[in-house]
Amino acid sequence: MNWFRRNMIISFMALLLLLLAACSGNNTDTDSNEMRNNDDQENTEESAAENSETTLTFLIDNQTVTDGIEAVAEEVEEKFNITTELELRPGGTEGDNIVKTRLATGEMTDLMWYNSGSLFKALNPEEYFLDLSGQSFMDRIDDTFKETVAVGDGVYGVPGEASSAGGWLYNKKVYEELGLEVPHTWNELMANNDKIKEAGKIPVIASYKDTWTSQLVLLGDYYNVHSENSGFAQQFTNNEAKFASTPSALRGFEKLQALQEAGHYNNEASATGYEDGLEMLANGEAAHYPMLTFALAAIADTFPDKVEDIGFFGQPGENADDHGMTTWMPGGIYVNKDSEHVDAAKKWLEYFISEEGQATYMSVMKANGPYVLKDVELPDDAYTAVKDMTTYIESGNIAPALEFLSPLKGPNLEQITVEVGLGMVSAEEGAEKYDRDVERQAQQLDLEGW
Amino acid sequence: MKVNKVYSYALLIPAGLIYGLLFLYPTIVSFFFSFTRWTLTDWEWIGLDNFRMFFEESSLMIGFKNTFIFAFLTAGLKVLLGMVIAVFLTSQMKTKRFIRSTVFFPVLVSTIAVGIAFSVLMHPSEGLINQTLALFGVSGPDWLGNPNLAIYSVALVDVWKGVGIATVIFIAGMMSIPKDYYEAHQIDGGNKVNAFWHITLPLSRPAINAVIILALIGGLRTFDLVWAMTGGGPGFSSDLIASIIYKQYQAGFYGLSTAGNVILFVMVAVIVFPIFKFLNRREVDL
Repeated sequence: MNWFRRNMIISFMALLLLLLAACSGNNTDTDSNEMRNNDDQENTEESAAENSETTLTFLIDNQTVTDGIEAVAEEVEEKFNITTELELRPGGTEGDNIVKTRLATGEMTDLMWYNSGSLFKALNPEEYFLDLSGQSFMDRIDDTFKETVAVGDGVYGVPGEASSAGGWLYNKKVYEELGLEVPHTWNELMANNDKIKEAGKIPVIASYKDTWTSQLVLLGDYYNVHSENSGFAQQFTNNEAKFASTPSALRGFEKLQALQEAGHYNNEASATGYEDGLEMLANGEAAHYPMLTFALAAIADTFPDKVEDIGFFGQPGENADDHGMTTWMPGGIYVNKDSEHVDAAKKWLEYFISEEGQATYMSVMKANGPYVLKDVELPDDAYTAVKDMTTYIESGNIAPALEFLSPLKGPNLEQITVEVGLGMVSAEEGAEKYDRDVERQAQQLDLEGW
Repeated sequence: MKVNKVYSYALLIPAGLIYGLLFLYPTIVSFFFSFTRWTLTDWEWIGLDNFRMFFEESSLMIGFKNTFIFAFLTAGLKVLLGMVIAVFLTSQMKTKRFIRSTVFFPVLVSTIAVGIAFSVLMHPSEGLINQTLALFGVSGPDWLGNPNLAIYSVALVDVWKGVGIATVIFIAGMMSIPKDYYEAHQIDGGNKVNAFWHITLPLSRPAINAVIILALIGGLRTFDLVWAMTGGGPGFSSDLIASIIYKQYQAGFYGLSTAGNVILFVMVAVIVFPIFKFLNRREVDL
């Protein structure tokens, strides 16, 4: 019996050990997709032994071009002896899963890249991120950006890139060929589309294989909503205004439907992806692509000789004098509240948005739109399409997209806009569906008034 | 005597511990969290709200419908095709071994890889399937882009991938039928068709039951193939219950998606238990 008991205890302990080992497996930094910025690995280890170096981990999605961040990180290492280890994660909703899970389990990196606006606010920032509002370097940041990363009195992030805009990218060569003018009203745009279709080209690209791309006609219309009723975002958040019952907001869904009914989209929309869309636009097979201007970097990357053919205009409304554009705030960089290297992380951010840091950043990255830092101007070699944006900025006809003004953005919007864009449901039905989707989100977020 | 009893229970402890820790405990906890608004760190009791909300989900009805279509269609086709192939492969033919492994091969490939490969093959204009059809002058449909067709296209791929398992189970069942029956049948002057209907089919019943149950449960909780091929689209047209749950989870609605899982759990149990009982009774009747 004694013998038996002893063996029992031993096997029990072995089992416990096994379980413990399994639990702690995730914690090590041997992640396979982790990337060291420092090329010289030995060097890192040597200085680590001297104990004078700090290493910051930085979680970022693999869709963002990281050249600029890497260049700045290299300088940070030279100047402050702070090494940055980038850790890559998928983008989109899958990436949201990873971020949320890692935050909840306390395994977040020191620095984190994430969207600003509604997505960020849904993370419950007060609990996880360091409040930067008291830092002197925050004064350099435009207030419009700060609002998108602020919850209560706290401001939690710095802009990690230039802003971009959501509107219509168009092929200038096709416009020249067909003698078209940039439209300033929706009707002019539809007339252009008709002419483009007659000429045998695709007027508007629908790339519904990547469902997120289907939202742009709706989201990019927000300037027009804002210009008619600047309080919509507030009312929408407070459950006082709905898409289906607000005519100006419903227009976005109706435009999606109008393009479908007029046959302005390409065939095989469900089998066409974002990359295909960029190719069709760049080589002039199609004339328009309702898209975010961050696509310019991708076009420049894949079709470097074509990017200057691409122009931009905001989604027009009814009034030619009130033609504006909807802007997208840049993704932000945030500091993990529970990080062991909070001071180093602050130093990192301060350098990143300093004049020097931004000069380095801009030397390797071209802007997709205006910068949201004070005194940082667009350089002269900006993309043609980005220069097109400056007219709107100068005239003041800009409004941030709804997701930067309200914490609500229904998770099923991209499926709903696909349904409307394919003509499976009408604009009204789509808007009603979306209102219900938003209602569900508000209830899950436990917002007041829902 | 007493030592013996302790001894036998002691042997159960490791397995019991793992089962309890990794299966029983999460199951019970998930029942609890399905009644809460849950942020992974914090929860709030909201009663049946999650279930109410889940049943109101605009795409849930189509999710139920699609899941039933998918499960019963794939289970039915797997039984039928698997049976035909198994009969074929238990007959006297030379390349039998080679064909057996060929039929089983898709089972070994990762579902995601199969999904990606078929979404390329099913591309409406550049895909191999429609290009082959075009050679015969048939213009193929948009397999995954047509909302009315998407779920059936995915179901066909699932049958292609899963029929190998069914075949192997059937072959095993048929091989275990004693040869005496066939000899007696031959002496009585019966033909091959009769032999199939009166000997092979009834005596493979345990195998058929196993395949039906496996395929049905597999079909009811399918997720990966649909996700890799259509992501539930276009719109919500090929959403299954499992993909709806996943989307709720992605949106950060943890309580709501847990409620969805409880619904799925109950649904699988409600469908599969009676079928299981029914099939087993038939088996005993023999």
